[in-house]
Amino acid sequence: METIKLIIDNKEIEVEKGTTILKAARQLGIEIPTLCYLDLHDMNIENKPGGCRICVVEVEKRRNLAPACSTKCENGMVVKTHTNRVLNARRTVMEFILSDHPKDCLVCAKSGNCDLQNMATRLGIREIPGQEYAEMSTYKPDTSPSIKRDLNKCIMCRRCETMCNEIQAVGALSAINRGFMAAVAPAFEQNLEYSTCTYCGQCVAVCPTGALTEVDHTPDVLRALADPTKTVVVQTAPAVRAALGEAFGMEPGTLVTGKMVSALRALGFDYVFDTDFSADLTIMEEGTELLGRLKRHLNGDKTARIPILTSCCPGWVNFFEEYFPDLKDVPSTSKSPQQMFGAIAKTYFADKIKVDRKDLVVVSIMPCLAKKYECQREEFSVDGNRDVDFSISTRELASFIKQANIDFKSLEDSDFDDPLGESTGAAVIFGATGGVIEAACRTAYEIFTGKKLEKIDFHELRGLEGVRSAVIDFDGLPVNIGIAHGLANARKLLEEVRAGKSQFHAIEVMACPGGCIGGGGQPFHHGKSGVLKARAAALYREDANKPIRKSHENPFIIKLYEEFLGEPNSEKAHHLLHTSYFDKKKKIIVKQ
Amino acid sequence: MSNIKIEIRQEDVSKIKEICASYNRDPQELINILHACQEHFGYLPAEVQEVISAETGIPVAKIYGVVTFYSFFSMTPKGKHPISICMGTACYVRGAERVLEEFKKELKLQVGQTTPDGKFSLSSLRCVGACGLAPVVLIGDKTYGRVAPDDVKKILKEYE
Ligand code: SF4
Ligand code: SF4
Ligand code: FES
Repeated sequence: METIKLIIDNKEIEVEKGTTILKAARQLGIEIPTLCYLDLHDMNIENKPGGCRICVVEVEKRRNLAPACSTKCENGMVVKTHTNRVLNARRTVMEFILSDHPKDCLVCAKSGNCDLQNMATRLGIREIPGQEYAEMSTYKPDTSPSIKRDLNKCIMCRRCETMCNEIQAVGALSAINRGFMAAVAPAFEQNLEYSTCTYCGQCVAVCPTGALTEVDHTPDVLRALADPTKTVVVQTAPAVRAALGEAFGMEPGTLVTGKMVSALRALGFDYVFDTDFSADLTIMEEGTELLGRLKRHLNGDKTARIPILTSCCPGWVNFFEEYFPDLKDVPSTSKSPQQMFGAIAKTYFADKIKVDRKDLVVVSIMPCLAKKYECQREEFSVDGNRDVDFSISTRELASFIKQANIDFKSLEDSDFDDPLGESTGAAVIFGATGGVIEAACRTAYEIFTGKKLEKIDFHELRGLEGVRSAVIDFDGLPVNIGIAHGLANARKLLEEVRAGKSQFHAIEVMACPGGCIGGGGQPFHHGKSGVLKARAAALYREDANKPIRKSHENPFIIKLYEEFLGEPNSEKAHHLLHTSYFDKKKKIIVKQ
Repeated sequence: MSNIKIEIRQEDVSKIKEICASYNRDPQELINILHACQEHFGYLPAEVQEVISAETGIPVAKIYGVVTFYSFFSMTPKGKHPISICMGTACYVRGAERVLEEFKKELKLQVGQTTPDGKFSLSSLRCVGACGLAPVVLIGDKTYGRVAPDDVKKILKEYE
């Protein structure tokens, strides 16, 4: 390894060749401020446009100040990070950015969580000279089913552009215009709804300002809770419990399952249930489908579409409906756990408690913004009554808890209600990349081989590599598993499927890097990739501590089939728990 | 989720395909492709950008980003009499900006726009190489030299 020696703020340091000044300084405990720069190294995500110039430092013998985030260390360099010149330049840069930024912090959705606001505080900005002459951009706000955009708050860091193009390979967003009107937007400045956006929410997850935020559905939930004629049930996705604590100052990776349940009860939900229950149900349906197709394939049936693709991530579903409609019979037809829950709650459970589905309100707490769109899909309602009425994000729940004067940290733990609150370890790991397919393997193995699984943990399916593969031995039958998270990675595997070159029998796809733990609705990670790792570890911990760790052993799932559904993939199960996909590709129509 | 439908004439699609093919549908050649399309169509409407996107695989948002970044590209058709005001250094120093302002005022137009009747469009360009005549205004093929703001009304009268 070639190394380089340099001096930063009078301290000597030796770093690997190619290291930037920013990273070298970090090794010395010197935190040079950054704004546009984003580095999630565990996920291989980097945004380095060198555009904002907040990170400038003085390099001896150089005339101009250098951006630390994109300047590489050189031998003998002498760097100063807080000279008068540097601090003045930094302040001027900030003043410029702020002169073209609305000043409505008090009522901004991002307030308290805003990197721009924090930077203004950190740099001690107290006034913006020349504000009275400053030009301001004038974009109209845009609201889609999941995401709100207020481009007047865009500071052109282009993080969202990087996420949407490089990490997600969607390309709904691009830098447009110049000067004060420069912003990142969909083609022709159309609303997001008229773009190829998948509502994955990764742009929201990284936006440092209030330019991109989620659509807030908490007022709808509040209204339902206040209505005495409604019975309100709530379901919580696996990844929420591994991240919610962060919003209350707890360490990333703190599991708050019990406190979350108590908080939801305190908020007034009549039944606190778990999406983990329907994750177990998903495994029953998807696993059976997988085995069915696999057996037909092994028997030489050419109509059996292999590989089977998971379908529990709605951002992913949106993606293939837009870009791979020709393959829409390849993914599993199983609905997502959110929608399976809604379908069961509004039939089986509504009957049990003798409430009409119109008077039963199902709320979901999700790490995800695509779920907001998903629950609004027409095919997921009956006579205009949605299976899942409202979907709110982990962040919205945190804000809701604070508004309700609940001291989250001091809450006692409590348990989910029955019957839709019982779950297994297999369901918990749905929240991390590789988790769904691991859960499916645990069940499919036992059903296929008729033997008991010796080793429940499939470590070969875990990790954060963007594309992973493993061969799982089904008692002599090698089953090839592929895993992708981040849609650009998924696209690679799908291109192979389209070309007929895929080696896999089953592929798990999650739209968000890291899986649901990195979802667009989670507490902001502020560019710290350790946060995602800690959340994943928390889920695997919860799994390991569960008494039951295989979906098909969940007693309430067994009961649900006995009392109501019959068996997996039965006609009733198909009607309630499966769906079909649509060709939503952009069409070029030729006029005569 | 797009579900978007774009309508365009067959001959236009064929032309765009031909242009893209002549650049091997290479995303690196986007600027050249846009130039060639603008030359053919006179401007770059959304549908043209969509077809270029389908041909080259470049997301249409990116194409739109390029079109709005370079002032040379336009998404509105040029007027019957396209007016270009040179903003090169020589013209600028000798008052081209005030001439431009006068055109804007007279025609109630911004740079890059076309009058609703399609008669005039307004653009600015970099040095046309007639610095001796600064400030220079081009209307169609005709060149006007040493233009002062006061001349603008008179010039426009010629086209009534
Ligand atoms: S939600 Fe995802 S697909 Fe949509 S604009 Fe944001 S990053 Fe792109
Ligand atoms: S919308 Fe947000 S993330 Fe995107 S460029 Fe603007 S400030 Fe950055
Ligand atoms: S953080 Fe370095 S230029 Fe923006």
